[in-house]
Amino acid sequence: MSLAYITPSERFKRYLPKDYVELIDFGPFGKTQEEAGPGNMGQFKELMEEHPMCSGCWMAYYIRLIFASLPCPEETVTIGTAGCGRLAISQAAVPFVYGNYGDQNAMASGLTRAFRLRFPDKQKDVITIAGDGGTMDIGFSMTMHSWIRGEKFTTIMLDNEVYGNTGGQSSGMSPKGAVLKMAPMGKDFEKMPATDLAKAAGCVYIVRMSPTNIKQAAKVIRRAIFVAREVGPTFIHAYTSCNIEYSIPTEDVFADAKEKGKGRFAFDEYMTDEAKIVIERVEGEEKAARKARKASKAEAVN
Amino acid sequence: MSAITRPVLNKKQVEMNYLLHEAPREKHFITGAQAMSEAVKRANVDMAIAYPITPQSEVMHLVGDVFAQGHIKEYYRAEEELGTMSAIAGASRAGVRLFTATSGPGLIRGLEAIASWPGHRVPAVLGILTRVINAPLSIQPDNIEMAYMMHCGAVMLHAENQQDTFDFTLAAFAIAEKVDVYIPVAVATEGFFVTHAKGYVNMMSEDLVYKEFDPVASPVPAMDNETPPARIQRDAPVQKSNFMSYLIHSVWQQEIWDSNSRAMKYIYEYLGGPIEVQNPGSDIMILASGCAAAQAREAHRYAQEEGLSVGFVKVKAIRPFPRTEIREALKTAKTVIVPEHNIIGWLCTEVKAAIPNGGIVHEGPRVFGGMTLPVELIMFEIYEALGIEHTIKL
Repeated sequence: MSLAYITPSERFKRYLPKDYVELIDFGPFGKTQEEAGPGNMGQFKELMEEHPMCSGCWMAYYIRLIFASLPCPEETVTIGTAGCGRLAISQAAVPFVYGNYGDQNAMASGLTRAFRLRFPDKQKDVITIAGDGGTMDIGFSMTMHSWIRGEKFTTIMLDNEVYGNTGGQSSGMSPKGAVLKMAPMGKDFEKMPATDLAKAAGCVYIVRMSPTNIKQAAKVIRRAIFVAREVGPTFIHAYTSCNIEYSIPTEDVFADAKEKGKGRFAFDEYMTDEAKIVIERVEGEEKAARKARKASKAEAVN
Repeated sequence: MSAITRPVLNKKQVEMNYLLHEAPREKHFITGAQAMSEAVKRANVDMAIAYPITPQSEVMHLVGDVFAQGHIKEYYRAEEELGTMSAIAGASRAGVRLFTATSGPGLIRGLEAIASWPGHRVPAVLGILTRVINAPLSIQPDNIEMAYMMHCGAVMLHAENQQDTFDFTLAAFAIAEKVDVYIPVAVATEGFFVTHAKGYVNMMSEDLVYKEFDPVASPVPAMDNETPPARIQRDAPVQKSNFMSYLIHSVWQQEIWDSNSRAMKYIYEYLGGPIEVQNPGSDIMILASGCAAAQAREAHRYAQEEGLSVGFVKVKAIRPFPRTEIREALKTAKTVIVPEHNIIGWLCTEVKAAIPNGGIVHEGPRVFGGMTLPVELIMFEIYEALGIEHTIKL
């Protein structure tokens, strides 16, 4: 029903805003990854139109990538909290719930369970997208307990290693020694071991990465969602630099992300055996479907 | 256990008016906690989220049993109260009927989320089983937390006894979900004095339930990607400091408080009105809510036996506050005595603000920290106000 409920009847279209009609006619809903994935995200204006973030914001890029990678945007609900991320998240054409400070994983717990009881035969994807402060500081207890309870949804942490939206304060995820507001002498303890914590708390698919490789980043997002549907909590810890607070010149943002990908954001993918089975099955099905589409296309040409 | 394998009970779904006013009832002798959970059982709740705190825990234990028996579809213990209240907010986006309960410090811990429920249009029912919050900490009954709750925008009912707890909790679901209300309803009663004490409660059969929650009838569509009209973002944070942000926030909150006022007609419909008055026109009126109303009622009876000009007002609705009704009930009173179970006297303050001659409102008597409220305390005030000689020593 989900696609149907946003699709207006042909005769009603002329009374609706042009943006809405175009979103239905040409948007990413009900399309395959080859049609609507990151490779083609330039054709989706709700993803590509100007974003409200700072110039050169790497987080804005990654958020677009998240939305372009969703396996089923028309059945997805995102939840976020205070922070830069929600400014861009709320622009996407996917329902977004904005709650209170750091409570995204608690809200997602309630939402996921309620979806399962209302729609036991349907898959609804719930994804929390929050910053390092929201996920690991103020929301820490709710993040950890949602994982410990085995809640079936995906947590994505946009780690810019600072409270960017409130003006550059040190967070638990800031590296040791970083001189930031509220750490005027330099942060005197280590960056929190988020992926280790996720593992200890029972996440079944965990990735730490600096998402410079688009294909790889998209694959990770999809894997995290597929696994969360069936097995348990999944977690992506992604580097999304704050070029303002860390004074990274706009032209160097990508190089910085590359460099971090060799250091403390070196790619690390963990999955349980159960998660692996799901990934192999779903990716196998996707591959077969791609092959079949290719074959039928070739047949149509012949 | 997944939602799919839950036991399915065969119950008859009925309207709230039938349930409250027409369905045959049987008398039971049960605690306030039982009364609240029995109401939840008949309210056709989809999901309940629990977190322990004394004296509330008893309620959510029993609601857990109600879940295990199949009356509720989903139930879990959350990490703490902010997590609980946030999960309620999250679940409400999926279009389900929700219940949780807490006490004193738990309410304060969850208050950030609770304060946003009305603005987020979360029609959940919240049980408040009152308890001390201030240091030195104690688990004893004291309803000061209700003062913090009064400014959130939620509808608030205050139950005098076990019967009220049952009826108010049941009615709360219908009031919360009205199209022209659609904000949370809190049902408060005193911890221990009501929750852990038994009283007579007339209840209808548990084979009857309130008709199920209909997300399509909701004035605020669920974010389930199913229920039209399509709504991409439900709770936009208001960005930037500009006129639009002031405007959006102000009209939004005005609408919340208007919704709160509109709940009044349903308080009349289901609970017979926001106040109960006995002997209107008396020189002295004792006005109280919750458990204090039970003691005030008793003082009123003593006074009748002694032939004194004393009347009684019980306030059932704290929000919306029945200003008009209270003004009418107190219009010829010379003195108003407001017994309360808290140190600040929030009800006294509300009453003073509601009437043109606030000077007639007597401060107290008040007990706090869990003390009981002996009827003699109220009688003392009555004798003093009437200038009658008495032997009560405080």
